[in-house]
Amino acid sequence: MDRPLSPTAARGGFARQLRKYSLQLGIVGVAVFIWLLFLIGSPRTFLAGDIYVAFMSTTPFFALMAIPLTLVIITGEIDLSFPSIMAFGMTAFDVVFVTTKSVWLGFIACLLAGVLAGFLNGIIVVKIGIPSLVATIGTQFFWRGAVMVVTNGQGMGMTPVRETILYPALVGRIGGLVPAQFVWTIVFALVVWFFLNRHRFGAHVYLTGDNVESARLMGVNVNRTKVITFAIVGFAAAFAGYVVSEEVLFFWPTLGEGYMLNTLASVFLGGTSVFGGSGTVFGTFVASFIIGAINAGIVAAGLTGFWTSVIYGLIIITSVSLQAVVSRRIR
Amino acid sequence: MSHILELKNISMTFGEVAALHGVDFEVGSNEIVGLLGDNGAGKSTLVKIITGYHHPDPGGQMYIKGERIEHLTVARARDLGIEVVYQERALADKQSLWRNIFMGRELANRWGRLDLRGMRIETQKLMNTLMGFTSSAVTPESVVKTFSGGERQGVAITRALYFQAELIILDEPTMGLSLSETKKCLEFVAGIKSAGKAAIFIDHNIFHVYPVADRIIVLDRGAVAGQFMKDELSLQELIDRLYLVAQTGRLK
Repeated sequence: MDRPLSPTAARGGFARQLRKYSLQLGIVGVAVFIWLLFLIGSPRTFLAGDIYVAFMSTTPFFALMAIPLTLVIITGEIDLSFPSIMAFGMTAFDVVFVTTKSVWLGFIACLLAGVLAGFLNGIIVVKIGIPSLVATIGTQFFWRGAVMVVTNGQGMGMTPVRETILYPALVGRIGGLVPAQFVWTIVFALVVWFFLNRHRFGAHVYLTGDNVESARLMGVNVNRTKVITFAIVGFAAAFAGYVVSEEVLFFWPTLGEGYMLNTLASVFLGGTSVFGGSGTVFGTFVASFIIGAINAGIVAAGLTGFWTSVIYGLIIITSVSLQAVVSRRIR
Repeated sequence: MSHILELKNISMTFGEVAALHGVDFEVGSNEIVGLLGDNGAGKSTLVKIITGYHHPDPGGQMYIKGERIEHLTVARARDLGIEVVYQERALADKQSLWRNIFMGRELANRWGRLDLRGMRIETQKLMNTLMGFTSSAVTPESVVKTFSGGERQGVAITRALYFQAELIILDEPTMGLSLSETKKCLEFVAGIKSAGKAAIFIDHNIFHVYPVADRIIVLDRGAVAGQFMKDELSLQELIDRLYLVAQTGRLK
């Protein structure tokens, strides 16, 4: 607020702030609720520190993609090709590393391949006009197929990367405890948060998803905005693919399979509207860790891992339904 | 009176269909022109020509602020101060008031970093002046979805005035509004004249156009059927003549 407020106005201001941050507060509430459930279900596991280190190690694999995917979904589009782009980026690494023996060149090629794949998704959507749902199902198959053709279905050992600084920088343990990928996830979240909330680009992301026609009429370059968001997801998918491969020291051509559901679930559980125009990086960040915790929580609570998908599915349907209901109420 | 816009002998054909033929049309620099006409009369085509979406057939002439314009584009029309306010497409519903006011023209530094404080302060000033929002419940952070239809049109009109639009085209701004919302909307339209600017007010509803327009132009089947200053005709006489237009294509 820019000027002093009367007590009444200040109370009104507090209510407004509550409303403004309702999405964020809601997701924190969900996180605390689920954590308490797990704590009651399996106190021995959830009172020890090890499980949290494990969350910080494995959740970033999809949180790194869920954070930028939030931008795509805010623009009213969707990207289903990112699991394949993870493998496509690593295929570029494979080819360049085998040719040049340079981990750094391979790493750069990996990221560039990701950006290129994301950029192509964007171009197909905005220039040819194919709905992103269909376009990215197509590119998902295409990139996966390309990976299989190039690698001939063969994986690649990543042991040589341990000799470069990239290894400790991306998947090392800071202070022997905190996984570096967790720090990278925070860095991603802060950078994306800045651009979404404090930069003209983010303003255009929200406007594009809310009312594309109005944004276009008011001079927002909606096509460029969408293409950039797809390219960022491509970059993040390639980065995440590299981090996963470094963590397990092997690149499997099937890399990325199994990441679709938890990444999308993180975005939707985080409060991003499937209809576009609203969503927060904070929500996706917290939701990623909820999703990351569910698997471990279910197993620790004595259920079989088969329950994980059931719970993920329920979470997606419930969060999207709640948004639809709330948005109708506001209207 | 100087003219903000002059069209001479404007025609527009789509394939075999002549949407407009030989239209002469002008708007004074501080004049509200009501544009009436049935569906298919050519109102939308005319607006799209004025805003640079459509390029008319060769042979016509267009002048904006006295300058002959050969190939008007959407961007050029905006640079020349022509803004359109659409009923449904004006605002982004889920966004705050300040985001809507500065839509596509955000205050930012050279690197694109938003000046949030500046935009909120400017929005607050506009709320207190042009928009006349006095309730403490409405702030620059308020989401426009919660506004009434009339207020929403007010936001769109205020935005156009704030960015120095000289000619504001209102495309059926009262469509779907309740009586009280329509009244509010018409107050905003009258405010355009008070601000020294011009407007083209397009509507089906003569009862909405008549009170705020200085001059009324009736389009019929792609041509100007007639035009007159408001003080030449009473509302009842205008209604009678519009019936005549529907039957004969002419006002007299």
